[in-house]
Amino acid sequence: MASGIKDKVAILGMGCSRFGERWMDNAEDLMVEAFVEALADAGIEKSQIEAAWLGTAIEEQHVGKSAVPASFGLRLPNIPVTRVENYCASGTEAFRGAVYAVASGACDIALAIGVEKLKDTGYGGLPQRNRGSVNDLFWANASAPGSFAQLATAYRAKHGVSAIDLKRAIAHVSVKSHANGAKNPKAHLRNIITEETVMNAQIIAEPLGLYDCCGVSDGSACAIVTTPEIAKALGKTDLITVKALQLAVSNGFEAQYNAWDGSYFATTRVAAQRAYKEAGVTRPRDQISLLEVHDCFSVTELVTMEDLFISGEGQAVKDVMDGFYDADGTIPCQIDGGLKCFGHPIGASGLRMIYEMYLQLQGRAGPRQREKEPSLCMTHNLGGMPHQNVCALSIIGRYGV
Amino acid sequence: MDIGVIAYGAYLPKARLQRSEIARTHAWVAPGLKGLAKGERTTANWDEDAVTMAVEAVRDALAGQDAAAVSGVWMASTTFPFLDRQNAGIVADALALPVGLLTLDVASSQRAGTSALSAALRAAPGFGGPLVVVASERSKTKAASTLEMTRGDGAAALVVGQGDDVIARLIGQHTQAVDFVDHFRGEGHEHDYTWEERWIRDEGYLKIVPQTIRDALASTGIDAAGIARFIFPVAAKKVAGQIAKAVGIPEAAVADNLQANVGEVGCAHPLLMLAGALEQARPGDRILVAGFGQGCDVLIFEVTEAIARLAPRAGLAGAMARRREETRYSRYLAFNDLLTMEYGIRAEVDKNTGLSTLYRNKGMSQSLIGGCCRACGTAQFPASRICVNPNCGAIDSQDPHRFADTPAAINSFTADRLTYTPDPPQYFGMIQFEGGGRMMADFTDIDPDADLQVGQQMKMMFRVKDYDPRRGFRRYFWKASPVAGAQSAGKGN
Repeated sequence: MASGIKDKVAILGMGCSRFGERWMDNAEDLMVEAFVEALADAGIEKSQIEAAWLGTAIEEQHVGKSAVPASFGLRLPNIPVTRVENYCASGTEAFRGAVYAVASGACDIALAIGVEKLKDTGYGGLPQRNRGSVNDLFWANASAPGSFAQLATAYRAKHGVSAIDLKRAIAHVSVKSHANGAKNPKAHLRNIITEETVMNAQIIAEPLGLYDCCGVSDGSACAIVTTPEIAKALGKTDLITVKALQLAVSNGFEAQYNAWDGSYFATTRVAAQRAYKEAGVTRPRDQISLLEVHDCFSVTELVTMEDLFISGEGQAVKDVMDGFYDADGTIPCQIDGGLKCFGHPIGASGLRMIYEMYLQLQGRAGPRQREKEPSLCMTHNLGGMPHQNVCALSIIGRYGV
Repeated sequence: MDIGVIAYGAYLPKARLQRSEIARTHAWVAPGLKGLAKGERTTANWDEDAVTMAVEAVRDALAGQDAAAVSGVWMASTTFPFLDRQNAGIVADALALPVGLLTLDVASSQRAGTSALSAALRAAPGFGGPLVVVASERSKTKAASTLEMTRGDGAAALVVGQGDDVIARLIGQHTQAVDFVDHFRGEGHEHDYTWEERWIRDEGYLKIVPQTIRDALASTGIDAAGIARFIFPVAAKKVAGQIAKAVGIPEAAVADNLQANVGEVGCAHPLLMLAGALEQARPGDRILVAGFGQGCDVLIFEVTEAIARLAPRAGLAGAMARRREETRYSRYLAFNDLLTMEYGIRAEVDKNTGLSTLYRNKGMSQSLIGGCCRACGTAQFPASRICVNPNCGAIDSQDPHRFADTPAAINSFTADRLTYTPDPPQYFGMIQFEGGGRMMADFTDIDPDADLQVGQQMKMMFRVKDYDPRRGFRRYFWKASPVAGAQSAGKGN
């Protein structure tokens, strides 16, 4: 029987570029910025990396297909490099490739890098694009905010929440993330906003307004992983190791079967149960210290709190309004600003989340550092739409704790 | 055995453009429009064309009929979306009719509707089952033209054949072909070119039509005084009355030309008026229909006792009742390519359709056929090789299952202002079909003041999904539209 990933792989080093509208930078510049930081953090030479994974989603918009752009950009020494794409969860997928490679013993040190160059598309928001020749025949004409806005009507109907109460709760989600992002020098959006600003903003897809939507950014993040033994041999102490790494992918249950009510992420619930089991977590609300979730839209973050079994069913509105997820709350969520403010360069986002948790665990997060020492930190990276998506979760923490 | 009309159906687009708004906008250039500025006209939604409206009219006509018995679909229009791709074939496909049909497009004249009907009635005995004759128009008119005021969009369908179910027996018909060019639309031109109205009235309507009617009556020995309803479809005022007077048809028999609330729906108009006459007719009534356009078609029907047995349908009255007042004239201009609109970068996406993809999947996309699992009974859309029920998973277990006529309810929805649509916001959501099956569906015909709720009852309508202006193609699919008057069953607040 599989024993899971817990404590088999350590993070040797991480890096993350500044996210934002990097008008004068190519994807290469962003990748090198993240890579140089990670390499220095790991304290190794490039030649010690034996395999790499590149996560990037909308390849037509920047680097093109294949893993060649990473190998070229970082001048990797002809090692195996694999490009992975799994919607917005591509960053965590790259991490999974590297972690599994090390865990399998196929290599000692592996690299995961994610990058997205979205600001060359000419679009505010993600670009409109075709979905495949069969899908284009029947898929609804939906933007990303339109797809995620579906959660709001379904959640309200299920839990009997009024439109104004839900709108206020999701506004609080965004206000909190802006407050956090303001303390993050690498964040795309660093302005503090008020609940009224969110409530009165232009509507993008009912009931989501401009401030319910995350930033669309350029950026890159990367991780270098190895075994705990090698990390120690390289002189590392206080190791941060992977406790769980899970992926759940929709199979049509939500979109085509008759049981899903549209108010939650079926994949997240499946992945969360598996991740907690893999990490040995039995009481997530008591055991998880910090959360970085896929807050592409404010309502996504709200319902995800229930799907990760942190808030009880129908209790997320109350927890959010009580400040449970604020930076000074019980379990801070998006302490770095999240997708909302750190930004969302798609292929980099999953790795950016892990980067923040890694810094927080090491006490290196600067002005936004959580005072109460974190123990288990969770990331949630979701791609697709509520009715068909991929959900990637990771839990990281101190080795042996 | 009686030959005649077995059933009728009608469809009008929901928006009723207020003529006062057209006249007001153009007062600076065409103050004379004020004289026509009363009432309203139907105007198609951006996703409607002659084909989609024909589909809805035929669905109405086939209410309670055995669609599988239909032997042909003949479609008349002067505004076909395709010049070379059979439009009637798309209608038949949308209705999932069997392929053993004679499908036929009849075009190029305002008489196309009555000529198709005339020919179908003559041909009916040669077919095993009834023929569907549908006429549909989405007119293109110049801004500030008289036609912009008097035209409307819509469709009407008749099921014709022989047997005991004939509700209106054909008792006479006559046709004259006269190359009288009151207007024309040449190759490569979008809009009609029209000659002087007084000449059209005096030399066209008042000479060609009375003569054709007289010939029809004379050849059948039918007395004009016994005509209970006289249908003459043109918009011009009083002309029908003058024709009636000239041939001896009682003034009271002259049918309303629907100018007040619909407008003249091109070659579909005589069929639309006939559908309206039939829904009010009593057994024994004689109805005379005249169609005008490079000559004249005259058909005379006698209503039978079978009309009492006809299944309920929307008909013209239902189509007229499904109505929303439209005062946004610029929206009409935009939908009819009369304004160059800035729709933003999202409108630039190439909408090329893989024709092989479409053909392979047209049961799904054009006929809205999904699957129903023989192993577990789960209805699902689209059909798939492996059943979606997580407790089943049977392979190759699905029978074709059509969802087009299955009621549905909203599970979730939004009004999306980011995605490109000619008519923002884009309403869409997850709909759940009665008896199982669901889809994330585009919504259509959502009123600006609509108060959509989870649980709202929806019905499926055949619409244009995407236009491909670069290649002149358009792809069709089904969209969900609120059922009028249906109450929300949801618990949302």
